[in-house]
Amino acid sequence: MGLTKKDFTLLIIVACLALFAPFILNPFPEGSAMAQFNAGYPDLMQRLVIFGIFAIGFNILFGLTGYLSFGHAAFLGVGSYAAIWMMKLLTMNVIPAIIISVLVAGLFSLLVGWISLRRSGIYFSILTLAFAQMSYALAYSVLTPITGGETGLQPKYTDPRILDGALAPGETPRANLFGLDMKSSFQVSAGDWIFTFNAGYYVAAVIMLIAFYLSIRIFRSPFGMMLRAVKSNQQRLNYTGLNAKPYTLAAFVISGMYAGLAGGLLVAMDTQVGAERMFWTASGEVVLMTILGGAGTLIGPVLGAGFIKYFENIISKINKSILEQWFAFMPDGIEDLLITLVYPFIGKGWHLTLGILFMLVVIFLPGGLVEGGQRVARLFKRKKPSDDTPDGKTTPAE
Amino acid sequence: MGILEVKNVGKRFGGLQALGDVNLSVAENSVHAIIGPNGAGKSTLLNCLVGKLIPDTGSVMFDGQSVLGRKPYEINQMGISRVFQTPEIFSDLSVMENMMIPCFAKRDGAFELNAISTVGSQRDMIEKAEHMLEDMNMADKREMHAGSLSRGDKRRLEIGMCLSQEPRLLLLDEPTAGMARADTNNTIDLLKQISDERDITIAIIEHDMHVVFSLAERITVLAQGTPLVEDTPDNIKGNPKVREAYLGETQDAA
Repeated sequence: MGLTKKDFTLLIIVACLALFAPFILNPFPEGSAMAQFNAGYPDLMQRLVIFGIFAIGFNILFGLTGYLSFGHAAFLGVGSYAAIWMMKLLTMNVIPAIIISVLVAGLFSLLVGWISLRRSGIYFSILTLAFAQMSYALAYSVLTPITGGETGLQPKYTDPRILDGALAPGETPRANLFGLDMKSSFQVSAGDWIFTFNAGYYVAAVIMLIAFYLSIRIFRSPFGMMLRAVKSNQQRLNYTGLNAKPYTLAAFVISGMYAGLAGGLLVAMDTQVGAERMFWTASGEVVLMTILGGAGTLIGPVLGAGFIKYFENIISKINKSILEQWFAFMPDGIEDLLITLVYPFIGKGWHLTLGILFMLVVIFLPGGLVEGGQRVARLFKRKKPSDDTPDGKTTPAE
Repeated sequence: MGILEVKNVGKRFGGLQALGDVNLSVAENSVHAIIGPNGAGKSTLLNCLVGKLIPDTGSVMFDGQSVLGRKPYEINQMGISRVFQTPEIFSDLSVMENMMIPCFAKRDGAFELNAISTVGSQRDMIEKAEHMLEDMNMADKREMHAGSLSRGDKRRLEIGMCLSQEPRLLLLDEPTAGMARADTNNTIDLLKQISDERDITIAIIEHDMHVVFSLAERITVLAQGTPLVEDTPDNIKGNPKVREAYLGETQDAA
C-alpha cells in the first residue's frame, strides 16, 4: 500500500477502532448508572466518523501549511446541499450524492481559495470567514429557491428522482446504498449489553478509512513535504524556485473536498440540511477539533473530532435529575451545593466544559491529545528522548 | 559580456536615492565581490537582482535575459540562487528534507502536484541530497532538526541547498556576518572549493575585508549608491579613493 510499517500499523489501529466501535463505545451495561456514558448508538457514531473526515481534511490545510481557514463549514454546507439535490433529482442512492458533494465543494473551494490566498496570516483567516458568513447569509435569504431558506431541504415523495421508481403519496424517501437502507441496523445483546450495528455507520466508517489512508499518502508525499516547507519558511521556498501559491491552493481545495465529503455523508445518514450547518461556529468547531487532537499529526484530528463530538453529546444529555441521583448519597446541604456548582457545566452548559478542556489542552499540551499520548507512552516505555521523530512528522503514540 | 549585466540601475525610496546609476558586469565563472560602507546600497542592489525589488531605471540581464518584473521563484528557476545574511532554511524540517526540497525544485519546476508517491520512493532525489550532504560534511546530521543546527552548520546547509539546484550564479549576502573567526575561515575554504570545483559564478556582498581579499577576483566598491571603482583586489588595496571612502585611514584593512 506504499506505507511505512509505522503508518500501516496506525491505519490498522484506526480500522480496528472503527470496525469495533459499536463494542468499544458501549462499555457499560444497559440500565446501569453509567449507561448514559455509552456512545454506541448509530447517530453519534456516524457523526464521530463524519466529523473525523472533516477534521482530517482541515488538517491537510492547517496542519501542513499553517493557513488557518475560518470558513470550512461553508464547504461542508455546500456539499450537503449538493448531495440533497442529487437525492431530489436523481436517486436516493448515496453514491451519486457523495460524489457530487465532493466535486461541488471542490469547485467552490477553488473559487474561495483563489481569492483568499492572495493574503496570508490573519487576513487570510478573515477572508475565509467572510466567505463562509456570506454563504450562510445567502443560503438563508436570497438563495431560498435552492437552499430552502430557514426550513432547509428534505427529499419528498413528490421529487422527480429520475432514476428511482415513483413513491406512494406520503411515503418518506429513504437514503440507501443499492437498496441497503442507511438507517437499518441490527442489535446483538450479550447479557446486559446491547450492541447496535448500523449500515450507515459502516458506510461512513469505510469512507473515513479511505480518507484517512489518502491523508497519510499526502503527508508522506513530496507534495506534503512542500506544504510543510510553506509553513516553515516561505521566503526560502520562493528563493528555492518554488511557487507557494499553487501548493497552498491545492491544499485548500483538497481540504475543501474533504469538507464536502463530510457534508455529503451527513446528508446520506440524515436526509436533511439547513443553513445553520454553515454558521461560523461550525467552522470554529473544526479548528478546535484539529488543535485539540494535535494539528499536523495524522491521528490527531480524528481524536479531536471524536473527543468533541462525544462530550457534546454525552455532557449535554446530563440534566439536573441525573445530578441529583449522583449526589443523592451526600448530606442535603452539600448535595445542593455540589449540584449548584456542577450544574452550569452540564446540559446546555457543555460549551463551558469544552472551553475549559480546550484551554487546559492548549496550555499544558500544545501538541494536543497526541502529545498527551506520547508523554504517557514515554512515561511507561522510558523512551530515550532521541526517539522523538526529528523531522516534525509527529507520529502519534498508540 | 558577463553572465550578469547591470546597466544604469537606479532605485529611490521616497527622498532617498538608494542606488544612483549602477553599472556592473560579472564575468562567468568568476568570484566578484561588492563592498562598500553601510548604506552604500549593497543590499538594495542585491534585492534588485533577485526580484525582491524592481529598480526605477535601468536593466538587469542574466545570461542575455532580463530579470526585471519576474518573481523571485522565476528568477531562481533561471539559475540564480541566493544565500541570505541570516541563514534562511526550513527550520521545522529535518536536514535531509531541507536538502531534498531544492532537489525536487530543480527536477519538477515551480509546482508539481506529486501527492501520491512517497518521498521515500524517490531514490534518485534521496541519493542526490545525500551526496550534497556529504559534500557539505553534514552526512551525520541528516536526521537532525534543521532549526537546532549551529550557526555555522545552518550556513553550510543553506549553501548546500542552493548548490543542489545547480545554479549558474550564486549570490551571497554577507555570508560570514556574526561568525566566529574559525567559522569564517571554514566558510572561506568552502566557497573557494565550490568556486574551484564547479562551473559557477559567485557574487558576494561582504563587510569582512579578510573574506573579500581571500576570495574575490574582481571587486566593485559602492559608495552612496554609485560604483566608485571596479578593479582587482591588489589594485583596490592601493587605491587612495577607496581608502578615503571606505577603508578610512586605518592600515589594518586587509
